[in-house]
Order: sequence, then C-alpha cells, then structure tokens
Amino acid sequence: MKRWLQGLAQVRRYPSAIAGMALILALVVLSIYTVFAIPYSQALDLWRGGETWRMHPVNARPAWADRLTGGDLPRTQVISSDGAEVEDNPFEGGMQRRLTLSFDYNQAAFPSELNLFLSARFEDREPYVRMLWRTPDGREIPLGGRRVGGTERVSISQDWGLERRLGHVPHVGLLARPGNDHGDARPEVLAGRYELVLDAVFFGEDASLDADLVVYGRVHGIAGTDHRRRDLMVALMWGTPIALAFGLLAAVGTTVTTLVIAAVGVWYRGWVDAVIQRLTEVNIILPLLPILVMVGTLYSTSIWVMLGVVIALGIFSAGIKTYRAMLLPIREAPYVEAAKAYGASNARIILRYMIPRILPVLIPTFVTLIPTFVFLEASLALLGLGDPVLPTWGKVMNDAQAQSALYHGFYYWVLAPAALLMVTGLGFAMLGFALDRIFNPRLRSM
Amino acid sequence: MSLPGGTEAMVTQRGFWRDLRSMLLFSGKRLLALFLTVLVGVYLTIYIANMGGQVDELRMVQIRSDVAEAVRADPAFMDMPAAERNALIEERVQLDVERLRLDQPFILRSFDYLRQAITLNLGRAEQMHSDAGSRQVYDIIVERLPATLLLFGTANLLVFITSVMIALALSRRYGSMVDRSVIALAPSSAAPAWFYGIFLILIFAFLVPVLPAGGMVQVPPPEGSLAYAGSVLRHMLLPVVAMYLSSIFISIYSWRTFFLIHSSEDYVEMARVKGLPDNLIQRRYILRPTLSPIITNFALMLIGLWSGAIILEQVFNWPGLGTLLFEAIGHRDTPVIIGSVVIFAYLLAITVFLLDILYAVLDPRVRMESIK
Repeated sequence: MKRWLQGLAQVRRYPSAIAGMALILALVVLSIYTVFAIPYSQALDLWRGGETWRMHPVNARPAWADRLTGGDLPRTQVISSDGAEVEDNPFEGGMQRRLTLSFDYNQAAFPSELNLFLSARFEDREPYVRMLWRTPDGREIPLGGRRVGGTERVSISQDWGLERRLGHVPHVGLLARPGNDHGDARPEVLAGRYELVLDAVFFGEDASLDADLVVYGRVHGIAGTDHRRRDLMVALMWGTPIALAFGLLAAVGTTVTTLVIAAVGVWYRGWVDAVIQRLTEVNIILPLLPILVMVGTLYSTSIWVMLGVVIALGIFSAGIKTYRAMLLPIREAPYVEAAKAYGASNARIILRYMIPRILPVLIPTFVTLIPTFVFLEASLALLGLGDPVLPTWGKVMNDAQAQSALYHGFYYWVLAPAALLMVTGLGFAMLGFALDRIFNPRLRSM
Repeated sequence: MSLPGGTEAMVTQRGFWRDLRSMLLFSGKRLLALFLTVLVGVYLTIYIANMGGQVDELRMVQIRSDVAEAVRADPAFMDMPAAERNALIEERVQLDVERLRLDQPFILRSFDYLRQAITLNLGRAEQMHSDAGSRQVYDIIVERLPATLLLFGTANLLVFITSVMIALALSRRYGSMVDRSVIALAPSSAAPAWFYGIFLILIFAFLVPVLPAGGMVQVPPPEGSLAYAGSVLRHMLLPVVAMYLSSIFISIYSWRTFFLIHSSEDYVEMARVKGLPDNLIQRRYILRPTLSPIITNFALMLIGLWSGAIILEQVFNWPGLGTLLFEAIGHRDTPVIIGSVVIFAYLLAITVFLLDILYAVLDPRVRMESIK
C-alpha cells in the first residue's frame, strides 16, 4: 500500500502525467454531466431522430466556428403564430382568420431551408389556408393554398412550381433582391422585415390553426447538426461515457482475467499450465478484428456483445506469456513458501501473494490499454458495425463518411468526434507513459 | 594441460551432432504443436463463421427466395399452374441445397471444411469473384495479396528500420532535446493509423488537393509501366504516411528503452571501461545479445502485415485483403472468410515456426532445454 502511495506521490513530478490526468478528469466530468443532463432513454430517443428534430437545420456547422472565422451565417428562426397578428372576419357558418407571421432577416447569407408547420383543430370540415409571402420592398408572392387536416408540414423549399417562378430555390428566391433574375449574377439577400400571411377559412364553430414558420439557419449550437437534423452535441456528449465505459471495462476484463489465469497456470503447473499455454497459442492465431467484424455482421452489433467478445478473446491473449515469465520466479520466492507452510489456501496464495506482486507493472499497461479499446469501438463503428441505437463518436464519424462530409466541406462533422477521440487517447497515453516510468524503476534510473 | 588436436576436433564434431540432433528434435516438437494449434484455430473460425450452423438456415431462406423470384420472373413459366410451379421451385431449391451440401448435418460438413481448409483446398466462393472473373477462393485471395503486401510491407519496413536506427542513436545520448521530444511525442501513437489517415485525406486531398483521397491507381489506369508505378506511388503516399505517423514514435520509444536497458548491463560497462570503440560496443555488446528480441519484433511486424488492415484499407479504399475480408463478411461468403483466416493462420504458424528455429540457432539455451 505504501509503495502505491509513494508511486502516486511521484506522479506530481511528471507534467505529462498531470496533463493526462487533467484530460481524463475533464472527460469524466463531462460524462457525469451528460448522464444527468440527458438521461439514457432520452438520449436513445433523441438519437433515433425523426420529428423531434424538425425545427433543426440540416448539416449546419457549429456557430462558434463560424463566428471565429468572422462569418455571419444565419441561425435558425422559428416564427410561431402564438404571438402573431390575428385578424378575424366571421361569416355565416364559419370564420376567416388572417395570421401574419413576420420576422427580420439581416444576414448576408441565405437560410438553408424554409418550412411551415401547420396544425389545425376542427370539427368536421378541414380548414383551408392560403399562403402569401410579403417582402420588405412590398412585393407579394402567392405560395398557394391547401387544406389542413391535422398536423402538416409545408415544405416551401421543395415547391418546384415556386422554384420555376422565382428562378431560384425558394429559400433563396423568396429572400433575394429583385432585378437580374437571369441566374447569371449571384442572388443577394434583401435585408428587412418579411411577412408570411396565412389566410385561413374555418368552417364551423370550434376551429383554430397554429402555424410555425421555420427559417432554417446555416449554423447551429456548439456542435452543428447532421444530415438527419440531429444535434451532434447529443452524440458527442453521450459518446464520452460510452467510450470511457467501453475502454475501462474492456481493459479491466482483459487484463484482470489474463493475470489471474496466468497466475493459476503458474501456481498449479502440470496439465493446467499446459492447457492454458495451448489455448493461448490457438487464440494468438485467431485474428481479433476479423472475428469482431464477423460477429458484428452475423450476430449482433450491440456494443455490449462486442465488449463481451473483446474480453472473451482477450482472456487468453499473448499477455499470458509475459505475466507467466514474471510470475515464475515469484512462485519460488521464500514468502510464498512461508505462506504455504502456514497453510494458506491455493486461492489465497494466487490472489493475495502472487498477483499483487506484479500489479505495479500491470498498471501502466492497463492505462495505455484503455484508449486502444476506445479506438477499437470507433473502428468498428467506422466499418458500419456500431451499436444500432447508442450514439457514439465512431457512429458520428461513420455517418460523416457515409455522407462524404469531407467532400462536401462539413469538416466539423469529422473533426469534433476525432478531436474527442484524440483527447481520450492522449489523456490515457500520457498518464500511462508517466506511470510506466514510475512503476518500472528500471526505466527511471536512466 | 592441453588436449591433442584430434580429440579437440572430435569434441567439436560430437558437439555439432548433438546440436543437430537437439535441433531436429526441437523443430519436430514445435512443428507438431503448431500444426495442432492451426487445426484448432481454423476449426474455431469455421465454427464461428457458420454461427455454429445457424448461417445455413439463413442461406436456405436466401436460396428459397432467390429461386422463387427467378421462377416467377421467368416468362417461360408464366402460364404454369401454381402447383407445378411450386414443384419446380422445390426442385431447384433442392438442387442448390445439394450443390452447397446443406442437407448434411453441420458437424459433418464442418470437419469436411476443416480437412479441405488444412489442405489449402479453399473451394469456390458463393457470391464473390476475383477481378479476373475466377470463383476460386484461392484466386480471389491471391489477387488481393500483392496490394496489401505492397502497402503494409513498405510502411512497416520503413517504420522498423528507421525506428531501430534512430533508437540506437538516441540511446547513446539519452536526455538530450531530441530524446525528450521523442518521449513526449510517444503518446500520439494512441491513435490508430486510420485516424491519422482521415486527417491526411482532409488536408492533402480536400484542403490542398495535391494527392488522391483513395484507391490504388488512377482511373483509367495510365499506359506504360512507369506511369502506372508513379500513379500507385502517389496513391500509396498518404496511407504509408498515416501508418508511419501512428507508429514511429512509440516504436522509437520502445526500442530506445530496450537499448538503454541493455546498454547498462555489466558486460557493456566492462567493455566501456576497457576502452573499446563505440561502434564495436554497439555491434558486439549491444546488438548481438539483443538480436533475438529484435528478430521477434521483426517477425511480429511481418505477422501484423496480414491482420488489422481492414480499417485503413477501408478508409483509403485500398483493394487489399482487409477490404476483401470485409466484403466477404458483408456477403456472408463463408468460404472466402474461412479462406482468408486459414491463410492467415498458416502464415502466422510458419512465422512462429521460423522464429523458434531462429531462436534455437541464435540462443543455445533454447535448444538445450528441449532435450531436458
């Protein structure tokens, strides 16, 4: 115990160890915060995607990255009918209502998309809505009309007729300065106050209409969004506890079992040792990654199944040979003989006398092993064998690769998870290398 | 007291025969053990690749739906009565089942697979074929082999040679600026090569588009072998640099530590005290006794050539064994999967065997132990 405390006290003398520990601590704090801020089930729901994210832009870059480079890309604006101007004209058997959704647009860049979400409440006949777009310079562009049966999405950006009329994609054409519509000049944003006028006709007494106009921006939050409008922050944050848990469990699982088995083999000798040795040799011949890929494609890509396979294949790893070499002299040590003489059981000798002796040597290996497994998980995800439901860093990178993020210039999509992976790797590696020098005095004396 | 010349010769001769006999005994034992190991390893692979026989059920479903689809789509059978058509489907399914011998129990077939695998009779692929059109698993694998060897051989040899040389130089002046910076950079190897690969692609293929982002040769392949080689070289550059970056510092670090430990041995100190020149000390007192670990490492590096290449090859779209294995697993083409693993196991076993022999040649203690 004293030796351990001394070892830990020495950590302070290594700046790289301090830096590594700081990085690890930061990751642990982030994980704890994440687990409380976004509960597990909620994270799964969010990452499944779908309607939750309808108000988010597609492939928006992080806001801070844009501001840092001096950009002024628009954020998403949601204009709700709650605070909008309402004008009612009742008539026989119904009512006409005019909702005016207005917003200011002063950015130089166009929004990335325009959507209108309508939700109507009615008795038996669906209300009818006519849409009109009014620009700051007074032009009026009709956007057509439609019946609203329940909750609907009006994808203004995907209106082909409108696009032909405007000469540009609607989310550009509707906000562009008029003039040269020939398409040869780049359209410019006309700054000012825009209005979307909704003329709804209700039939019957109890009817109403809620509308949300979403002017999707080109930047979003700290991490940006992906092709399915999901905020990448969810995956980046939840990736942390998952990566740490996977790395830690796999490292513990493989090193501890390997060590115990090596000790058992050394202590009992004879056929036990022989069996362990042969199993190790067979296991070395089995290639780990191909088997993991095989399990992933044939059985299940659940991260916990993968973890199980990693541990199972890691039990009889090449490490057994190393530990065996270290344990052999310990077996003959006088204190083990003394323990045997006073009648200590086999289990006691193995667990309390032999293993603790080589633990210090094991600790640095153990620490440097953690990032290996973190990267292994990312590797599997990159091959498309990531966990089907969990958000992890590797899966974000896999999505990015599948969507050719680098080709399209969505660098943030690759860089953010990669940076987190790198921080994890560096943190553990720096600490591990320092521990190596502390616990293996032979290296320190140089 | 001195021995007569003849006796001395006889002693050396007897020593030689004794050594040879122990060597042969040793090799024989190792060969047998390794063969058994390969046998068990390959059998396990066969078992896992077939999910213990469960893959057969999937394949049956696949065959049935494929056949049914083909029969329904064929205009020749359009006006056939349903019962007759079902009989036809049934008959064709039966043919396919017999062709793949799915009617026999899996355990029987697994041992048959094992025998074929061990005799390197790797059989025909179920779905995949080589670029030349062959369905033989052996041809498919052999076709991909050169690409993997070229890429990983170049990178690993570069890493091995430069790291050993730099480490030797560093171990002589440890504590210097260069030495410290190499130690400080060692943790960068926590990230695997594909990870650096992504960044290299980002920088050199997209931000500054000077090098290709993936593939092995440009499309269409250039005429003339010189232009072809140049194109391959350009495509190789990024993956090789990625592998080099990810392993060079850790490699230098571990070799440096290794040489440092060995250069503080008493016999090296003794040689220094005697005033032997540095080069001689390095060659005879440091390198010679450490030859076997260096060779082990070299051999392990060779083994590493065959495995762990899947992701880097995927990232760089390199048409090697790793990509092949991944495709095979995607197609559930078990003969190809088993074929690759069998070849891997064989190569590994051969490497281990050669290592054992080399050890025995280099280190007399090893071969003497086998006699005891």
